[in-house]
Amino acid sequence: MTILVLAEHDNVSLKTDTAKVVSAAAAIGGDIHVLVVGADCSAAVSAAQSLAGVSKVLVADAAQYGAQLAENVSKLVVEIAADYEHILAAATSIGKDTLPRVAALLDVAQISEVIEVVSSDTFVRPIYAGNALATVQSLDAKKVMTVRSSAFDVVASTGSAEVVNLSQTIDSKTEFVSQSLTESARPELGNAGIIVSGGRGMGSGENFAILEQLADKLGAAVGASRAAVDAGFVPNDLQVGQTGKIVAPNLYIAVGISGAIQHLAGMKDSKVIVAINKDPEAPIFQVADYGLVADLFEAVPALNNLV
Amino acid sequence: MKVLVPVKRVVDANVKVRVKADNTNVDTTNLKMALNPFCEIAVEEAVRLKEAGIATEVVVVSVGPKAVQEQLRTAMALGADRAIHIETDEELVPLSIAKLLKAVQEKEQAQLVIFGKQSIDGDNNQTGQMLAALTDMPQATFASEVKIDGDMITVTREIDGGLQTLKMPLPAIVTVDLRLNEPRYASLPNIMKAKRKPLEIMAVADLGVSLRAHQTVLSVTPPVERKAGIMVSSVEELVDKLKNEAKVI
Ligand SMILES: Cc1cc2nc3c(=O)[nH]c(=O)nc-3n(C[C@H](O)[C@H](O)[C@H](O)COP(=O)(O)OP(=O)(O)OC[C@H]3O[C@@H](n4cnc5c(N)ncnc54)[C@H](O)[C@@H]3O)c2cc1C
Repeated sequence: MTILVLAEHDNVSLKTDTAKVVSAAAAIGGDIHVLVVGADCSAAVSAAQSLAGVSKVLVADAAQYGAQLAENVSKLVVEIAADYEHILAAATSIGKDTLPRVAALLDVAQISEVIEVVSSDTFVRPIYAGNALATVQSLDAKKVMTVRSSAFDVVASTGSAEVVNLSQTIDSKTEFVSQSLTESARPELGNAGIIVSGGRGMGSGENFAILEQLADKLGAAVGASRAAVDAGFVPNDLQVGQTGKIVAPNLYIAVGISGAIQHLAGMKDSKVIVAINKDPEAPIFQVADYGLVADLFEAVPALNNLV
Repeated sequence: MKVLVPVKRVVDANVKVRVKADNTNVDTTNLKMALNPFCEIAVEEAVRLKEAGIATEVVVVSVGPKAVQEQLRTAMALGADRAIHIETDEELVPLSIAKLLKAVQEKEQAQLVIFGKQSIDGDNNQTGQMLAALTDMPQATFASEVKIDGDMITVTREIDGGLQTLKMPLPAIVTVDLRLNEPRYASLPNIMKAKRKPLEIMAVADLGVSLRAHQTVLSVTPPVERKAGIMVSSVEELVDKLKNEAKVI
């Protein structure tokens, strides 16, 4: 049984999501290959080689793959799919964009956002914003699935996989125009040990400065609720929740966030949850380990002085 | 230009579902149902394209039991011109839905198919991408801005690190994210008008698509509930707890 993992990278660095998907692959059991599709992506390839448990890194390095578009990357995966019984990717924007195309071309279903491997054909996945967990047995010959990174640990970097270059280049009708990525010196939401998140209660984008200060003191990432993103306080990539990023840090501090089902879906697996809200009835307190009823504009600056 | 919008009936976003005691599924009896919020955004975008003189017809389609006609009427009250109901009581996986939609698209020949990025019940995030694969159309998922210029479409997408813009020829598939637009409310006159708009009913067999089972749901269980925590009375107490009890800072 051989498992293919589609690497998550930006041509320069390999994302930790891949090390987590490899650990999901190890739980399935079998030989593990990683596919790196990109342009000038040799740094990501070396990082993939060192993932423990990976025996081969397949590399498709060509200009056509620079933007990692679902249309041609999916066709490439399908071209090499005959060798694999399982095809995995992280449930990131690239994984979610690409893998359903792979599954459809292979005429098999996709299992989305796997959080637990029960056996080589049976997996657990959340449905209804995580309010229920479905245990699903696949009847398809090939299992195509996205993996929720926050549910798996990274594998060690002690491997030394061999590299196999793939020569096929596939064109795409889709054209990459531009990209604007949020620049930040803070850790990424998916990797952060601590996350400080703000909601509508922050009142404005400028007010997020007090949360950023707290985040910097704690070495934390900054997150947000949908309401804060919709209001334009912060960029979309900070949204935590059912339809944003799913996170599970050691510490999640929710500030001015009410705790709607959709927000909880993205953070309720955090180890310790702190809620600061002026409304004692806010549902966020039902999941918080430590709740503080206070005006955030007093509590957060006070917190900044104490940590 | 014709726009096709596949839509889904789901449990309303404000309802917290419970798992059935026998752990076979979630209990949806007597729950408030609604048009999936992302599908609503998709319908809104299609209607705006029509109002801007770019689209000429907006067709909505839904696969499911008879009750989905309610959501098809809602979509028509929001401005869709006509609806197609593919009737089945079976719960189908996204791949099977995509196969049925492919048959519809072959007949309708829409230039643009707009989907919601995910339905808030199954949280699969698959159907749009799968139809794109089956029809070999280009796709732009998680759209926050859509611009059409002749036979090209430019889409800004919400991606993990920020925003990305892609351009592709029509026909194409777009799946929408939350920030694309704010859907309107249906007015009473439009709700009345929607009742008279055409709604065509088809059986799965009419489409000549053969479907098969892809998975068995072995169980549906509730997640582990978090233990209730404590309330602290001051910032000092909070910091003390985080340092000395939880040991996370
Ligand atoms: C299809 C769909 C998908 C969604 N996906 C997501 C998602 O992925 N992520 C997400 O977060 N939401 C999502 N939502 C939205 C969700 O339902 C809520 O609307 C949203 O989470 C509310 O954000 P909020 O808590 O910041 O705002 P509100 O609910 O308005 O809460 C603001 C809170 O701030 C408190 N507050 C105000 N001022 C102060 C102050 N000075 N000091 C202290 N506290 C204060 C208030 O007491 C209140 O509890 C989704 C909704 C739908 C329909």
